[in-house]
Amino acid sequence: MNWIGRRLPRLEDPALLKGGGSYVADHAGKAAAVCFVRSPVARGTIVSIEMPSDGTVFTGRDLADVKPIRPILHRPDYVAIGQPVLPVDRVSFCGQAVAVVVADDAALAEDLAEQVFVDIDVADAIVDFDTALAPDAAPVHPEATSNVVVEGRMKTQGLDQAFAEAAEIVALDVRSHRQSAAPMENRGGLAEYDAASGRVTLTASVQMPHMLRTGIADTLGIPESELRVIAPDVGGGFGQKMSLFPEYVVLVWLARKLKRSVAWIEDRRENLLASAHGRDQAFSLRGAFARDGRLLGLEADLRSNIGAFSCYPVTCGVEPLMAFAELPGPYDFAEYGVRSRGVTTNTCMMAPYRGVSRPTLTFSMERMMDVAAKRLGIDAAEIRRRNLIKAFPHRSPTGLVYDEGSYLQAMEVAIEAAGLPAFRARQEAMRERGRYLGVGLSVFSERTGYGTPAYAARGMEIVPGYEIVDCTMDPSGDVVLRIGSSPHGQGLKTSLAQLVSDELGVEPQRIRIISGDTDATPYGWGTFASRSMVIAGGSSKLAAGKVAGKLKTIAATLMETSPDDIELKDGWARVSHSNQAMEIGTLARAAYHQSHRFKGLLPGLHENAVYDPGGTFSNASHIAFVEVDIETGGVRVERFLVAEDAGVLINPMIVDGQITGGVAQGIANALFEEIVYDDTGNLLTASFADYLPPTAAEIPEIEIMHMETVSAESVTKAKGVGEGGAIGAPAAVVNAICDALSPFGIELFELPATPQRIREALRRAGGASYA
Amino acid sequence: MPDKRDVTLAVNGKTYAVSVEPRRSLADVLRDDCGLTGTHLGCEHGVCGACTVLVNEKPVRACLMFGVQAEGKTVRTVEGLADGDTLHPLQQAFWENHGLQCGFCTPGFLMLAAGALQENPDMTDDDIKDVLSSNLCRCTGYQNIVKAVRLAAREMRARARI
Amino acid sequence: MKAAAFDYLRPADLGEALALLATHKDDCKILAGGQSLVPAMNFRLARPAILVDINDLNELDYLRADADHLKIGALTRHAAFHRPVVEGPLGTLLAKVVRYIAHYPIRQRGTFAGSLSHADPASEWCLVAATLRAEMLAKSVRGERVIAAGDFFHGTFTTALEPDEVLAEIRLPAMAPDWRVGFYEFSRRAGDFALGMAVAAARVEEGTIREARLGVGGVADRAIRLGTLEDQLVGKPASSALIDGIAREARGMIEPNGDIHASPEYRRDLIATSVKRALTEALA
Repeated sequence: MNWIGRRLPRLEDPALLKGGGSYVADHAGKAAAVCFVRSPVARGTIVSIEMPSDGTVFTGRDLADVKPIRPILHRPDYVAIGQPVLPVDRVSFCGQAVAVVVADDAALAEDLAEQVFVDIDVADAIVDFDTALAPDAAPVHPEATSNVVVEGRMKTQGLDQAFAEAAEIVALDVRSHRQSAAPMENRGGLAEYDAASGRVTLTASVQMPHMLRTGIADTLGIPESELRVIAPDVGGGFGQKMSLFPEYVVLVWLARKLKRSVAWIEDRRENLLASAHGRDQAFSLRGAFARDGRLLGLEADLRSNIGAFSCYPVTCGVEPLMAFAELPGPYDFAEYGVRSRGVTTNTCMMAPYRGVSRPTLTFSMERMMDVAAKRLGIDAAEIRRRNLIKAFPHRSPTGLVYDEGSYLQAMEVAIEAAGLPAFRARQEAMRERGRYLGVGLSVFSERTGYGTPAYAARGMEIVPGYEIVDCTMDPSGDVVLRIGSSPHGQGLKTSLAQLVSDELGVEPQRIRIISGDTDATPYGWGTFASRSMVIAGGSSKLAAGKVAGKLKTIAATLMETSPDDIELKDGWARVSHSNQAMEIGTLARAAYHQSHRFKGLLPGLHENAVYDPGGTFSNASHIAFVEVDIETGGVRVERFLVAEDAGVLINPMIVDGQITGGVAQGIANALFEEIVYDDTGNLLTASFADYLPPTAAEIPEIEIMHMETVSAESVTKAKGVGEGGAIGAPAAVVNAICDALSPFGIELFELPATPQRIREALRRAGGASYA
Repeated sequence: MPDKRDVTLAVNGKTYAVSVEPRRSLADVLRDDCGLTGTHLGCEHGVCGACTVLVNEKPVRACLMFGVQAEGKTVRTVEGLADGDTLHPLQQAFWENHGLQCGFCTPGFLMLAAGALQENPDMTDDDIKDVLSSNLCRCTGYQNIVKAVRLAAREMRARARI
Repeated sequence: MKAAAFDYLRPADLGEALALLATHKDDCKILAGGQSLVPAMNFRLARPAILVDINDLNELDYLRADADHLKIGALTRHAAFHRPVVEGPLGTLLAKVVRYIAHYPIRQRGTFAGSLSHADPASEWCLVAATLRAEMLAKSVRGERVIAAGDFFHGTFTTALEPDEVLAEIRLPAMAPDWRVGFYEFSRRAGDFALGMAVAAARVEEGTIREARLGVGGVADRAIRLGTLEDQLVGKPASSALIDGIAREARGMIEPNGDIHASPEYRRDLIATSVKRALTEALA
């Protein structure tokens, strides 16, 4: 029986369904509670900190020996900024932790924190990039005098010529407002001190446990052997939980200092205020189009607000440099000029959030295609047909090599399913009744599963990318897989078990996967950037393949045939073209207990493998159908189609779950979610009453179709699929809104397209019924 | 240290005698004093619904009630949903239909749906969507949750007829 | 986000509760449904020294209809209105409006009287009470008094209630079967606070409006009854032109507030749209 391709219910679920999940807060009950005192202002100088005499309180002065968090990119344009785990002199954003208290429970810790008075000499905060980039702007950090902390630039030789030859130049200014990944579980950590060994075990809600161990050990100046990091069940991350945060360093410091267990369970207000944000970007594009709609060249000025600090380990280059490299997306054109800047401000740090820059860049390119199509009198699908990549491998203007994909086919499949002629008729009829329907298209590429070459190219000092997997079959024939990847809700354990099942002929229920424990797994990079199925999957397949090879040799020896004639399936090693067979469990026992019989083989069944691929591009096309209420500006997404190509599907149910969840976040990006600061850098959206993740009522049924292009760039033939939904949906939704509002000539370039922004546009266009 | 109160809670058919400050939320009492950590806290201001439990068989936010208020009432949490090793039809449907990913919001959705279906076993699809809009999920995009509740409701109606 | 410490008192009957309020006055808050108070306490935006939990006061959990009024006891939960509580237009209206109040689990705990006492400008029940000219029965150890809706709401989170008073009962005027009702609300997500909403009710005889009720909420510091527009409706035949004119006037006569979800200008649009849609439903 083949397990790959089956909609196997997840092995992770029974415990989670019965309330038996194991999240960090579930372990924190007996530990002392930690509460952080946070800066009420965005910028200023700490004058004094007044503390109660009868409580356990520490400030930056107590942690003077702890090094700042200071991730490095080796690029001339990168300015390294150090983030003190607790600042001594200046505060740089509203919500920055400035002191820490320890008490018996969380309520008492909050009581104590209220008694810590931080006197700050307040300075004018720099909140947005226009202010930050003004010639006379005061630097947020003295080491970054222009407030630009990373800048990518390139220009191809023929760009000017392309613009000179253009029949139509389409210029647009796109704005994506700031967002939070808002995982349902906030951050949190439990640091337990072991008196016997002096070691600390940090259990934390994180995506990258090994990286956390390295980062904390380096800032504290201790060997990594003194620290164990465990990522238990993690209640969502979406990128927010992949960075090293000061809070975790402080927790380990406290456990060592106080020689006791301490826990910090973040609350929602802190999470919205002081974890990490993303997508605060302003892109200006100019596209040079030929009369026939072909894109000849693209010029772009891209700005990303990276907040007050640089996220470790991927750095604040993650948004600006992703935008720099991947703006061309699925389109085939040669001439490209770009300037992409990361700008520091007195706001919460930017860190990766599902899609990283690609939601904004796809939104930009797809809006540009729609506008160009209208100006040139070409159908929206047709202009894309003329520009999509059709030959592989394709080399982009920035040097990225795209493996086989189905850009054109995916779009055609989506369009076919959309039934556009019938929709256009309905749209027309409804307009006459004062109702405004629209359809919008987006096409995009999703670079996934990239290994060290991609990160090295960025100049990262810490170069992630590979994955190591240990695969062991025990004497009873059960399998243990130890992975460096660290899933947090994706169902990776089920998918990997299916993959390994087919290699070893053992059913998935007998495959146990150990992840998220630095004492029990090989060094790895966790789960982010749509990498785990490709990379951890690849190394799992390779490691299991080695064990399978050994099993076959043992079987061949015992049954006196050639290993090539052995097939492992359904718990048996069968000799092809014969009735001979042995149970895999019998072979496993022999490997350990009869090892003297197998000359040239090491005893046991324990192998490991490394996989470090160059990367593979998934692709998809989204189509959104919306209705816009022109009187309220409200938008309802009526229908949403996805034609996705993520290569071979290991578990189609899980893949569909990733796409659906991603699209929901993309719809949120398009219509609902926005982090808002006031002019002084004070956060106005510190609750779920003001920051608005959509509910079941706002998310439509999402229809998914699959292409399965087989790529040589992935040993499992699977491509990554974690981010695509979030990448493509904002563009499709806003294109649909603009289609709905085309009678008013409205083009929107801002995310999210909120009801009041839509009404504002209608008012400007003279479409306001009560103006 | 503020005064603690002795409170007796009836949770999932068991009696728990605890001594807690009045300010401690029902969610915190369930988690920290009763050791029932299946009830999760996602926002502590009543929006996300991860802490939804049944009090006198009605779904409520356990972050918006104090533990002392549960004296004399019956409480049901996700740990009390399955019948021993047999999953509740809602749990089974969530499993089969991939109605969960990270699992953090799942107990709240299960208890929300369990309570709503007790009040009205014949909810229409619109009713179901309206009730489920009470809670937030960040992973699934909701459609598998909606589908799971719809199918579980059908299964529960079928069983009730037998 | 854990509440600041408080003392917890749980009176067994109304008399005991009123005595506690008389003793502790401003130091205490009444805990009924707690669906607005407790979030504020968890954020430590509210920090009462004492909570007087009235949830044991079953004597306040009632709905009584007589010829003149629907009387709503202080412990009546929102969920009680999920199905019409009285026959006719009033029950229909309340059952429609209640679906917009937060979400299902919140409605299991939150109370009608609690909403009014809290006086959130975006409260649906406050709008209903103001528009339908409810009367509030306040009780204290000093006695009881009836406060007209027009005198009850003083602004955001402030009412005419004295610190020792409890809002014991709300009296909504009965509506004859020939009244027709409409409600419209716009919010960002299902269950969110209204950015604009309107209640309309009218008694129409042979195509002519004989009596009218109209109010808007979620746009200023309290729900606003549009009495002058009600007068303009009376005596006129129902028509879309009339409705448009009223909506336009409503837009111009209110100075709305602004926040991150809705600027004053945008709220003006929502006033007009809400009034138009509520009236259209009522006069359909």
